This record gives sequence, C-alpha cells and structure tokens, in this order.
Amino acid sequence: MKPALSARSVLGSFLALLLVAPLVMPPFYVTLLNYIGLYALVALGLVLLTGVGGLTSFGQAAFVGLGAYTTAVLTTATELPAWLAWAGGSPWLALFVGLAFTATVAFVLGSLTLRLSGHYLPLGTIAWGISLYFLFGTLETLGGHTGLTGIPPIAIFGYELTDGSQIFYLIWAFLLLAVFTTQNLLDSREGRAIRALKGGMVMAEAMGVDTARARMVIFVIAALHACASGWLYAHMQRFVNPTPFGLHIGIEYLFMAVVGGAGQVWGALLGAGVITIAKQWLQDILPRIFGQSGNFEVIFFGLMMIIILQRAREGLWPLFARFVPVKATQRTLDAAAEPLPRKPLPARGDVILEAKDVTRKFGGLVANNAMSLTVKAGEILALIGPNGAGKSTMFNQISGVDTPTSGEVLFLGRPVAGRGSRAIARMGMSRTFQHVKLLPTMSVLENVAIGAHMRGDKGVFPAAWRMDRAEEARLLNEAARQIERVGLAEHMFDAAGSLALGQQRILEIARALAADPCLLLLDEPAAGLRFKEKQALAELLRKLRGEGMGILLVEHDMDFVMGLVDRVVVMEFGQKIAEGLPEEVQQNPAVLEAYLGGVE
Amino acid sequence: MDIQIALLLAQDGITNGAIYALLALALVLVFAVTRVIFIPQGEFVAYGALTLVMIQAGTVPATLWLLLGAGVLAAAVDARGALASGQKGRLAGVLAWNVGYPAVLAALLYGLPLATLALPLQVLLALLVVVPMGPLMYRLIYQPIAAAPVLILLIVSVAVHVGMVGLGLLFFGAEGSRTPAFSEARFELGPMLVNGQTIWVIAASIVLIVALYLFFGRTIYGKALRATAMNRNGARLMGISPALAGRLTFLLAALIGALSGVLIAPITTIYYDTGFLIGLKGFVAAIVGGLASYPIAAAGAVLVGLLEAFSSFWASAYKEVIVFTLIIPVLLWRSFTSHHVEEEE
Repeated sequence: MKPALSARSVLGSFLALLLVAPLVMPPFYVTLLNYIGLYALVALGLVLLTGVGGLTSFGQAAFVGLGAYTTAVLTTATELPAWLAWAGGSPWLALFVGLAFTATVAFVLGSLTLRLSGHYLPLGTIAWGISLYFLFGTLETLGGHTGLTGIPPIAIFGYELTDGSQIFYLIWAFLLLAVFTTQNLLDSREGRAIRALKGGMVMAEAMGVDTARARMVIFVIAALHACASGWLYAHMQRFVNPTPFGLHIGIEYLFMAVVGGAGQVWGALLGAGVITIAKQWLQDILPRIFGQSGNFEVIFFGLMMIIILQRAREGLWPLFARFVPVKATQRTLDAAAEPLPRKPLPARGDVILEAKDVTRKFGGLVANNAMSLTVKAGEILALIGPNGAGKSTMFNQISGVDTPTSGEVLFLGRPVAGRGSRAIARMGMSRTFQHVKLLPTMSVLENVAIGAHMRGDKGVFPAAWRMDRAEEARLLNEAARQIERVGLAEHMFDAAGSLALGQQRILEIARALAADPCLLLLDEPAAGLRFKEKQALAELLRKLRGEGMGILLVEHDMDFVMGLVDRVVVMEFGQKIAEGLPEEVQQNPAVLEAYLGGVE
Repeated sequence: MDIQIALLLAQDGITNGAIYALLALALVLVFAVTRVIFIPQGEFVAYGALTLVMIQAGTVPATLWLLLGAGVLAAAVDARGALASGQKGRLAGVLAWNVGYPAVLAALLYGLPLATLALPLQVLLALLVVVPMGPLMYRLIYQPIAAAPVLILLIVSVAVHVGMVGLGLLFFGAEGSRTPAFSEARFELGPMLVNGQTIWVIAASIVLIVALYLFFGRTIYGKALRATAMNRNGARLMGISPALAGRLTFLLAALIGALSGVLIAPITTIYYDTGFLIGLKGFVAAIVGGLASYPIAAAGAVLVGLLEAFSSFWASAYKEVIVFTLIIPVLLWRSFTSHHVEEEE
C-alpha cells in the first residue's frame, strides 16, 4: 500500500496542472480538455441524480440544448419581444435567463414524472429528450437543422474570451465551482436527505424529510448544471445546431457518470475524460479497421457499459482511487456549538397518544379490529402478541405509514390518522423499524443526524456555499450526544453497515431521539441484543421514562418486557385480548391460551 | 381534409398502430417477467427487416456473424458452468444449441440460392437468424445481473441498444432499404382503397396476438411465464427456473420484434437505426398500459399510430414532437391513478 496523500496536496497539484495546461499544450488538446470540462459538468449533475439520488435521466442533453439555444437566441436576435429586450445582447444576462428557463422546464417535467416510481422517470426523459431535440430542429426561430451562427464570445470585464485556451479557464472554473458546491451540498443537512433517497425513503419520511422535495431539488440542480454547460458550449463554438443535444448524446452523458463511478463527485470528471478521449481515439482508428466511416465507437461504449455494470458497478473511480490514495479527512465535532432548542415535554401522566377503535382491513383480511390503546407521558407501554397478531400493522397506523380503514388516532390531542409520517414526526413522534432501515455506507454520526433533520432549516443554497456551518455543527453535536447517550460513542465515525445487528437497532434509537420526540415507538428494540446490551437498553429506556418521555414498545422478549414496562396490551388475531399491569397480564387465561395454546 | 384523406390516414395509423401494439405487448411481457425495460426491442425490428433485405439480395446476412459470435460466447460461459458443477453430460447439449445451430444455419445460408427462394422461405430464414439472438442476449447480458435493480437493468438495456445500433451500421451500412410487398393486391372498400400489405400487417398482428393469448392461457410454458410475472420468488419455489423464463421471454420478444420488422419493411424505408423510434412508440403505448395491462397497451398503440398519421398530415414537421409529447399527459394521468410507490425494490 502506498502512503496516503493529503487531499489538499492532490487538489493543489491538480489545480496547478490545470493552470499551466493551456499555456504548454497544443490547441488540439486544449480543445479536448474544454470538451471534457463541459461534459463533466453535465455528468456531475447526473452523479447527483443517478449515483446519489437513484434517479436516472437520459434527457440531460436536452437541458444542455436549452442553455445553448437560450443564449444563442438572446445574443444574436435582432428583434426580441419587448418583455425580453432587456436580456438581449449580453451572454451573462442570457446565462441568467437560461438558468431560470431551464429551472422552470425542469420543475414542470419533474412535477409530471418524479412522483412516479423508478422506471417511469428515465422513460419520460427519453420521450421529452426526443421531443426537445426535434423541436430544436424544427422551430424556425432556432434556425432549424442548420442552427444559429454569429454567437458573440463571452466577455469578462471587457476582456473577450475568443480563443479555446481563454475560455478554458472559464469552463474549468465553472466545473470546479460545481464540484465544490456539490460536495458541500452532499455534506449537509439537505445532502443527507438526498442521500437517503436511495434505499431509505420510508425512513427519511419518518424522520421528517420531504423526499419528494429532495428528488425535485436534485433533478433541478442536474438540469441547471447541464444548462450552464450548454451556455459555455454555445459561446465556445460560437454557433449551435441540434446535433449535440440529441438523445444519443444524453445517453453518452449517463455513460460518463456510470463509467466514472456514479456515486462519486470526482467520478464525473474521470468518466467524462475516459469517454471523451476514448471516443476521439476510437473515431480515429475504427473506420480504418472497418473500412467505412460511422459511429462505430458506440459498439465499444455499449460493450464497456455492459461489462462495467456486470462486473464493477461502482465504476472506475475506486480503481483510480487505488492509484492515488488520498487520506480521508476525519470529521471533527465542535463541542462548543450551542445545543439545539428542545420542545417542551408534556406533563407526566398526560395522555399523549390515544388510538380509538382502529380497524385496518386489507381486502377481506382484518389486520386490526377495533384496537384501542393509550400512552401517557412518562410511561412505557408494551404491545405484545404472537407472530401475525397485527402489532406491526398497528404500529403503521399510529406512525402514519398507513391509514386506518376506520377509527381514530389522537396524538397530543390532535387527530393524525392519514396525515402521513412526515407530519406526525414533526409533531414529536419518532420511531425505529423492525427491519433496520439505515444507510449502510454513511457513518453512524450522519445516520443519527438524519433524525435531527427537522430541527434545522438551512436549505440548498446555504449548504452549497457553506453558510450552514453553525447550524450543521449544532445538528452533528446533537447527533453525537445521542450516540453517546445510547453507548455507541466508539463507533461514531464507522460506517453504519459495519455494526452488528443489535448495535444497528440501538443506532436507530439514537436517530429517533435526535428528533427530540415526546413519544418513542420502538419496534422490537431488544432483538439481537446480548444480555449486557439488553440491560443497558432497559436502563436507557428507564432514564427516558424518568425524563417524561412516553414509549410504546413492540417486543417478543418477555423477560425484557416484564421487568421494564408499566402496562401491557396483548393482541391476537388483530384484536386486543388483554390489558393491564405486567403481573396481571401474565396470569390472564386468555393470554396464556394465546401464547401456550389451550389445555384440552 | 376530405373523407378520402381521413380514411387513408386512418388506414396508415391503424397499420402502424398494429405494429406498435405487437411491440408494446412484447415490452409489457419482458418487463413483467424479467423487470427489464427492453429498449433494444426496436433493434430486432431493424435487424429482422434488414436481414430479409440482405437475403433477398442474395447475400449471406451479416447478422449471421453476430449469431455465431454470441453462440460461441454463450457456449463458453455455459460449458464453464457445466464443468464447474461437474455436469459433463450437459456439454453436448450446450455445444449443439449454441454452436451447432448457428453452424448449420450458416451452411444453409451459404448453400441455398437465397435470392430466388420463395418469399415465405426467405422470411423464415431471416427469422431463424435474428430470433435466437433474443435468448442469447438474455443469457450473456441480463442473466448474470438478473437480480439487479430496475434502474441498472434499464441502463444496461440502453447500452445494448447503443451497441446494437453501432453493429447495425456495420452490418447493413447507412443506406435505407425497403422490401417488396407481400401482396400487390388492392381492394376497394367503400370509398377506401386498401393495400394488400395493410391487410397482411393487420391480419398477422391479430394472428400473433391470438397465438400469444392461447400460449399464455393454454400451455404450461405460457402459464409458467405468467406465474413468474406475478411472483418471481413464488414461481421459483414451484420449480420454474427464472433463467428459462427469461430466455423464453426474450425469444418471444425477439420473434415479435423481427416479425414486426419483416411486416413493416414493405411500407416504410428501414435504416439501421430506424428501429429505435419504432420501438419507442411501442413504449409510449406500453406506458399507456402502465407496463402491466396488455389490452390497454394495445389500445394505446392504435392511438399512437392514429395520432402519428394525422399529425403527419397537419403538422408533419412536428410529428415526432407530438407523438413523444403524448407521453407527458399520459404520465400525468398515471401519476394520479397509480398509488405512490415509496420504496423501489
């Protein structure tokens, strides 16, 4: 293993190389680098969208086209409509208009398709990718298939970027800025919400994250990156026609993101570089081999994609990272950060949760039949029953994952049935899951910080420009405090997926506590725990109860339940068959029959 | 527009719609059984049509080489698997199907006077070359990643499409071609003149749809595919091999694709990359059916065909824009009728 390099020195030498590249390289290579920069900007948006968010778009080329055509029209048209006249003639104003226009189009397309499950979005993007391409080619104001010429160069303080080696710096400045802001965004409150989209949406919603909004955010950001790339492209080429905005180029952008390593910010640059250079090279040699000209390089790209997705789904970045090992930066916590404000807890003994006659039918199956229960502040209630009794269904009715067929759920005196888990979480109910729902590649700290999501309010822009650091420090501190509280401090910076199952359950409790709840719903928290760990968990729950927290517990482990809880509700076949103190319930004949079977 | 033109356009629309309906059925089938969104469906259309063109021109179709290459690869992969699991007895079968079949076919194609054969024989030969590529494609490309998320399978599909278009250019060149019509007959039907080829397309589509219906309703393999589509794990527990189901599905999809190509080649000029747009229109139809319902997908296909025909009359430059923009209101409608899916996979 080579000694790891510091991130700063690697980035520094990369920047130095970029700085001198156009001064020493022949124009051909500078142009190639310009294209790599332009493509990487688009691919970076796709990394955010596909690699991080799990959404896919084949239509990014169309957004590039929107940016390019907007600026082409605004800077070359002799007569603009009066309402747009202010934006004419200036590339910078055109960039502004293009970004606003693209954001609007992306928002509309996103509202139409993002609500649908996974595969409709990419199919939708193929369709509108084609539509926009044909539109570019047929609209007369856009010059049809011949396109528009005479686009002026970009000027910075009166200095015109007419040459490839001049616009080079602008292109790479845009790209590096985009990389910088994307990295910042991913390492923030919003970023955690975005990273939860892939494989953790039910959990994220239960932690108060608006996942629909997070999807829209990355969709629009990816479109804006593409638009900026199109703007640069138009002013570099000084003319536009529809060809570079077709679907096949949109597909190529996606290939770049996947080849580079769709989960990695720098993978976009690697992917764009590999594909652009390979394309150049293949276009040179393939026609000589096949004896005719044509886009034969796509055969190789297709094959390469298939092999990468079959063999190395993480793309080439991990391979690259092995050659240039960069030291991981250790996150530091700011112990001086001011603690987050807490919601006042209800008075001990107040009823905080009341389910009345909750019935849930799935077709003919009655999973919950007229179930009622109450939880008071400062009390632990256990919901027990044999497998299939309907405990988890009841849990889902209370937490808003599901809506009861009839009946009422009151939380803090307000009806919550059917309001959705996000709204309920916001009111102060937090939960864990029977099947642990964590983001395995994220650290324990970050996982727990998702729980504190709704206790912050800094959005995308502050996150991208690091104006959220004070709040971020408070959120992470809160997460760290909860981790220490549940006894996982030594694993704070480990990947959540590396913990044992029992520890993962404890992590979920820390995450739920980070939301500052007054009611905790715990779904089998002791499963998979060792004796000592169970004792520690019981101790923690007693302490929380002592602070006035209400806790509803689903559990199979009777020893754990009986020594801990205040009251027990027993379910069988979707109905309540007993309720009372643990000792009473243990003697109840109906309960004995349910658990041990009747005596003939 | 007068009634004559309207009828002509309707005839055009329904003819194309019948082809889109076939493709939509194949797409729904492939998605239901394997979760693969089968973008390369359109390439089978082009390969089918252009292979027939080459056969009619008396040349050995270049697609044969792809079949041979894929066969040898599949044989290598399967033979390795058979040896690793100690099933030497399977080797003969593996070699016979994957290498023997293409070799026999090659001998036939070199031996027969291709240009002078009767049309049905030419069509049969074209199908014999193109259709086996379906199951081979499943074996080599999708089977190793059968459990991957839909999104990965989709990106792979797009990669396959891109690669096949490139190969298509290599095999067939950039020139477009048409084949002679199956029948030169024309019928007067009231005020309308009906082309023989139109009758062929519609009749063949109906026959194929009925045959598929019988296949799925009456045969054990058809029922196995339906079971797999409904519940993959359940079907597996009942002894239905997911690999077999996948190959069978791809065989059907390739057959439908290649046959559609053969049917449409006398009506439209087919280029090496024409298949994609044709396939995508099948997709628009399949999405109308929510990638789940066969009858709604078929109805959607006819709608797409008619929309295309009439928009080519009124706004020919915007024909493609109109057809592909149709998907947006459809998606909107779907988004209001389908329940919100929280977690994929």
